[in-house]
Amino acid sequence: MRDVAVVGVGMTKFGELWETPLRDLFAEAALACLKDAGVERGEVQSAYIGCMSGGLFVGQEHLASILCDYAGLNPMAATRVESACASGGAAFRAAWLEVASGASDFVLAGGVEKMNDGADATYCLATAADQEYEVYHGVTFPGLYAMIANAHMHKYGTTPQQLAAVAVKNHHNGTMNPHAQFSMEINIETVLKAVRVAEPLGLFDCSPVTDGAAALLLCPVEVAKELGKPLVKILGAGAATDTIALHDRADLAAIPVVGRAAQRAYEMAGVKPKDVDFCEVHDCFTIAEIVCTEELGLFERGRGGPAAAEGLTALDGKRPVNPSGGLKSKGHPVGATGCAQLVEVYQQLTGRAGKRQIKSPRLGLAQNMGGSGGSATVHILEVNR
Amino acid sequence: MYGIVGYGSYVPRYRIRAEDIARQWGADAEAYKKGLLLEEKTVPGPDEDTITISVAAARYALQRAGIDPQEIGACYIGSESHPYAVKPSGTVVIDALGLGPVCHVADFEFACKAGTEAMFVAYSHVKAGEMKYALGIGADTSQGAPGDALEYTASAGGAAYIMGGDNVAAEIVYTYSYTSDTPDFWRREGEFYPRHAGRFTGEPAYFHHVLNATRGILELSSMKPEDFRFAVFHMPNGKFPLRAGKILGFRQEQLEQGWVVNLMGNTYSGSSPTGLAACLDVAKPGDQILVTSFGSGAGSDSFIIRCTKRLAEIQRKAPAVRDQLADRRIHLDYGKYVAYRGKIRMNVT
Amino acid sequence: MISPRYHREIPQRYRLEAAKCTGCGKVLFPPRKICPQCGGEAFAPTVLPTRGKVVTHTTIWIPPAAFEDQKPYVVAVVELENGVRLTCMVADAPPDEVTIGTPVELIFRRIQKESAWGVLQYGYKARVIPA
Repeated sequence: MRDVAVVGVGMTKFGELWETPLRDLFAEAALACLKDAGVERGEVQSAYIGCMSGGLFVGQEHLASILCDYAGLNPMAATRVESACASGGAAFRAAWLEVASGASDFVLAGGVEKMNDGADATYCLATAADQEYEVYHGVTFPGLYAMIANAHMHKYGTTPQQLAAVAVKNHHNGTMNPHAQFSMEINIETVLKAVRVAEPLGLFDCSPVTDGAAALLLCPVEVAKELGKPLVKILGAGAATDTIALHDRADLAAIPVVGRAAQRAYEMAGVKPKDVDFCEVHDCFTIAEIVCTEELGLFERGRGGPAAAEGLTALDGKRPVNPSGGLKSKGHPVGATGCAQLVEVYQQLTGRAGKRQIKSPRLGLAQNMGGSGGSATVHILEVNR
Repeated sequence: MYGIVGYGSYVPRYRIRAEDIARQWGADAEAYKKGLLLEEKTVPGPDEDTITISVAAARYALQRAGIDPQEIGACYIGSESHPYAVKPSGTVVIDALGLGPVCHVADFEFACKAGTEAMFVAYSHVKAGEMKYALGIGADTSQGAPGDALEYTASAGGAAYIMGGDNVAAEIVYTYSYTSDTPDFWRREGEFYPRHAGRFTGEPAYFHHVLNATRGILELSSMKPEDFRFAVFHMPNGKFPLRAGKILGFRQEQLEQGWVVNLMGNTYSGSSPTGLAACLDVAKPGDQILVTSFGSGAGSDSFIIRCTKRLAEIQRKAPAVRDQLADRRIHLDYGKYVAYRGKIRMNVT
Repeated sequence: MISPRYHREIPQRYRLEAAKCTGCGKVLFPPRKICPQCGGEAFAPTVLPTRGKVVTHTTIWIPPAAFEDQKPYVVAVVELENGVRLTCMVADAPPDEVTIGTPVELIFRRIQKESAWGVLQYGYKARVIPA
């Protein structure tokens, strides 16, 4: 297996993009990525594009064909990848494997979702859960995470204020991200008093409904050197699956699929959690960020809440989490998120994160998760200055 | 000997008080309560219907009967509010209970008499030797039109009776039916609420059929009111059954136990079956119970029932009617009530 | 049109029919092709007990369209007496009646309506067992 590098990134603004259809969203991100890499369209040999459900959101499947068509990438090989909200991370993993295997030199990893074209987003997103044994009974996505939150609060004493601290931090980071959907500060009060969605989660504990796309270009490390790019290497890659239904997991106050994927990534990279300088974590809900920081080994079990409240995960904290603003303020176009997280990691490692730049990071981690914890990918990138 | 080997009744948890309905329409609550002799009525939850009520009542009946559901050869549901206009309630009920597939199933309807029809036919099959056991259920979640008098009384509930010849807990000694075409209350296809002919629903409809059916069964059996510990008459409101009982020569004490309407409302096809269940809950071996139902349109079914020693063995195996009527009630305001009853035009696909 | 899928689920939804792995004894609900615990592929039919307790729960304030008329409602993960867990609504439950550890029993209720013209869908819900 060859060592693989990221040599260019691109993403659209995330938000309610009324003027842009699915097919153009991906084109925008892909073309920006290729320009950033300085690589011609014709040189790209393959693409893996994450998208949770073009079919349910806009009635469009066969995305390999249409998305490459509209990005001027035909007749290149392409595959649409789906793993619910982990589609982007799964697409990146597949792209990495195609380059690492030696089969291709330039592979595009992207993700896209068009959620605001009038579909019932609650219904579409619920297909990431067990249709017959969870969703049939009236459980929603926020409902599943709310049940994880209640279990976590019962077991460890996590408080609604600690959940709120995550949202406040991520909104603050989002004000420094020009691509973010929301660019506004909020406070704990706002979060606690927001409209209830599924107890204890309110509107501000939940990531929004977003349109957007992100893309990265991968190639072997040797080729990256030839291109004269900063050397950002994929040091560790891990993935795992777990039960689809929350009720089939032994510990409801945990999301073990993340721990497993992380362990595999750390092992491959030969690093420990404390070696990582910052993480992009899948905060589909505030509780998700708290539990995932525990699964990633950043904090002990049950300590994720206090850590957030104490500022340990702030931009200038000991363990910065979601410098991009996270899913909460950057937005969560489902299939794009995994790639957008990796775009942030790349920008941070190459010193291009503007006002939200973390000081000289060497290792960055991106964790992407599907459903209530049915699948996850973790990637660790390293920059060699 | 053939009769009831198991019985069960189900009462929903939700209630609405007469005062809260009266307040909505600016009516005189006390006048309604006195006129109808009714305090509050049951309301089905938004996830309840005739099918779910039938299953709940029948499960209690199975608990009391202690038989293998597979031995039940027929299942009849009588209701005025079957959830489908076309598709049987009975098929869902048998699959939920584990009866069938070798089972005869039919849905009955005849306004409020449909429950006793189901019981009547179930009993007849067993008595004729056609099958070992048969299940007859009366259950309803009927609607009263907003602002109409029936809104105070139309309620939800049901009772189930397993008929058989082994271990009979209450023998059905006589049956009698009296029917004629009397248009006192009806609902046309496509209409949401029923209509009634006002005072015509009294003498020529309810009283004519209830009195004639009861007198008929008393004559058939050569019995007198004194021979009964309990008498149950269909309860469209609190007053009619008490008056019918009095006219026929029954005393207040005989009528009280089965008189559930003041706390429950009129559960239509579930009305006299629930009243009967309330009596069976406390009856002793040897007690005789007279039941006369009434269904608009119109007709009455009468039964004379004699309790056996077996009844004492099975009474406590499932919840009693009056315990359910008293237990952990959830009172709704008018807004929540109409929302649960589907009277609000929601914006759903 | 939900009919074929709905009909197939009736033994589980109406009668709680499950499968017991003949290798390790794990009870699977719904039944599956392979036991996740021991990899066994032979099963004996069994039925779930109806009593259990709440292991986590939430109150849904913003429901999917099909459940709009029932909001707010409580959903829970219930652990039955034999260790099997499932997810369902808690019926007739004012939210403050349900906490982690509340004893419940499974009952039969209507779960959904396939809009105004479709099939009525039934199944299990939990109900609080009073102390």
